[in-house]
Amino acid sequence: MPQKQYGNAAVDVDAEGFMTNQAQWTREVAVAIAREEGIAELTPAHWKVIEFMQKDFKETGQAPTIRKLNKTGVMGTKELYELFPGGPAKKAAKIAGLKKPEGCV
Amino acid sequence: MEEKKITKVSIVISKGGLDGVYPGLIMANGARMEGIEANLFFTFFGLDAIIKKRMGKIKIATVGNPGMHMPSLLGILPGFSAMATAMMKKTMDKLDIPPVPEFIEMVADAGCKLYACKATVDMFKLKKEDFCPQVDSIINVGAFYDMAAGGHIIFT
Repeated sequence: MPQKQYGNAAVDVDAEGFMTNQAQWTREVAVAIAREEGIAELTPAHWKVIEFMQKDFKETGQAPTIRKLNKTGVMGTKELYELFPGGPAKKAAKIAGLKKPEGCV
Repeated sequence: MEEKKITKVSIVISKGGLDGVYPGLIMANGARMEGIEANLFFTFFGLDAIIKKRMGKIKIATVGNPGMHMPSLLGILPGFSAMATAMMKKTMDKLDIPPVPEFIEMVADAGCKLYACKATVDMFKLKKEDFCPQVDSIINVGAFYDMAAGGHIIFT
């Protein structure tokens, strides 16, 4: 299984760089993945999304859709695209240490 | 060798009815989710999806639609189309596929640009005010090709 080195931490990832072992996730790892994805700094708004995604993933086994983030009042679509430019659902899931979202929306 | 990534798509929605408008909406939204630049061009009955009065009432065609897997004769029963639409909407909602008006808002918020086809607008005697606010402008086919330059065009 491929591994990636983020600072002192070595984490297991899939072919596209999504973490495969959630236990290896730390906030430091998240910051490093975010940088790799072109997000220089994780703001409180980023963390709000990341933490909700992790909580929802625990409950459902799936990364939440953008619509769920809207409907639950976590964050609007526009803001999500501003926070995670170039694909919020995928990028936020990656930073949160979750597997790649499977749905089409 | 890695294939060159798609960076821009312009999607034409030309058909009305749920099965006419959803594929294009899903493809446009999916493009934005992948960081791909996306434009939506609504033409002919596809315009229903962005007409304020119509966008919330789009149904699945139960007559003359072989995809329904049932005799068309059943489809003409009063309320049948409404029932089939309600069932489908319920399933879609569970999959987080939003109803048309919400989907239009979502895809626009995601940064997709929406355009209405001038020829159809003239033909149906529509005005800019008839469209939802997410519609950027009414453009002719030449302007559509200009806007689509450098990307792929998908016709649905």
